[in-house]
Amino acid sequence: MKYVSEYRDKESALKYTGLIKKLVTREWSIMEVCGGQTHTIVKYGIDQLLPDSVTLIHGPGCPVCVTPIELIDQAISIAGLENVILCSFGDMLRVPGSCSDLLGVKASGGDVRMVYSPIDAIAIAAGNPEKEIVFFAVGFETTAPVTAAAVLQAEHLGLDNFSMLVSHVLVPPAIEVVLSGEDCAIQGFLAAGHVCTVMGYTEYEPIAEKYGVPIVVTGFEPLDILEGIHMCLKQLEEGRTDVENQYLRSVSREGNRTAIEIMRRVFEITDRKWRGIGRIPGSGLRLRERFARFDAGKKYEVSSHEVDEPEICISGEVLRGNKKPLECAAFGNVCTPEHPLGAPMVSAEGACAAYYRYRLARGK
Amino acid sequence: MCLGVPGRIEEISENDDPLFVTGKVNFGGVLREVILAGIKDAKIGDWVIVHAGFALNKLNEEEASEVFDYLRQISEFGRIELEEADGISGCAEEVEID
Repeated sequence: MKYVSEYRDKESALKYTGLIKKLVTREWSIMEVCGGQTHTIVKYGIDQLLPDSVTLIHGPGCPVCVTPIELIDQAISIAGLENVILCSFGDMLRVPGSCSDLLGVKASGGDVRMVYSPIDAIAIAAGNPEKEIVFFAVGFETTAPVTAAAVLQAEHLGLDNFSMLVSHVLVPPAIEVVLSGEDCAIQGFLAAGHVCTVMGYTEYEPIAEKYGVPIVVTGFEPLDILEGIHMCLKQLEEGRTDVENQYLRSVSREGNRTAIEIMRRVFEITDRKWRGIGRIPGSGLRLRERFARFDAGKKYEVSSHEVDEPEICISGEVLRGNKKPLECAAFGNVCTPEHPLGAPMVSAEGACAAYYRYRLARGK
Repeated sequence: MCLGVPGRIEEISENDDPLFVTGKVNFGGVLREVILAGIKDAKIGDWVIVHAGFALNKLNEEEASEVFDYLRQISEFGRIELEEADGISGCAEEVEID
């Protein structure tokens, strides 16, 4: 398939690992921000192809993993209401709240549906005027334009039985939190290619300058990631701290202004709590006042309260890049994808799930 | 979550409001309806990167081939020795939309 298979070519990948081995003269630690990149790295064993002196640290870029437990509990309460159809992406349905998950609600008779796109939820709302349809909206800047488009469609179609519980988050404020951590060991970043496809990368330029770290906007195929790592290491070896773009076929510096405009028309920036990390100022999106009638948080007054995570689970440390999944006592025994304790074991993009799927299976 | 799948636009449905323009996009033989509101001047034959039914951007073919030109160059000069490694095996075979 075009734009896919050629970026998974073994020979090309090995050429890049050769280039990286020749380049590196000392120890370096690089964080890949996006969970999709973590998945590719672990699936193809990219970290094991690199010299021992290069460490890849997995970042917080899994929106399902960082959705606060209180919001999941709120979604579970709404899904349990009579006459409600709750829709969300597949991963979101399996993330544990404080005592259940959304699939648990479905098992006990609730109408909970997995959708590919928020637009599918609009079609369900149009086809079921006697029901209330609630979309649980999670995702980074990549997903925000399609969520915004769904709200605009609902308005255009005059749907008054559609609303959404919004938990959208933004990447740059989270990078700043990671970088300002006291014992932050990260020297370079691979920024998330699809977030930057929408937003461009001007927001990352002041971060690179302020913290003195190179940031390379990177794609998701094995060859993209190897090239991104090579570009980042080259900057580190040369003492540069620039923002560079590996994912040229998809990303421009300014991003997609049309998509950004759609997103800004519907959403405004707000503070948001990240599961495992805490409250980050200016790191979330909420519906603008004009679209308040589509806000499920306002429409359904369900209570939510602060909840503690299971003590044994170190998902907060994993999400901040301080620990790897294999350092967790629960990993692979009491915490598995079938019975997850923390969200990174649920989502396909969670670091724990990637290690469980690809490392345990290979016995490494 | 931020998965983007490349596909080729096969059909564009007209709509007076550019916000509601959609199209049929071909993903390796599978056709799906996609929102094209984010793509200025979308044309049949354009490659786009699609996330959750929304085209995020057009793909730039010229830029896409650059990495391979670079790798070809370094191979021709013989500066790189290929190495055997376990981890990457199966890379080329695993072509899938995941």
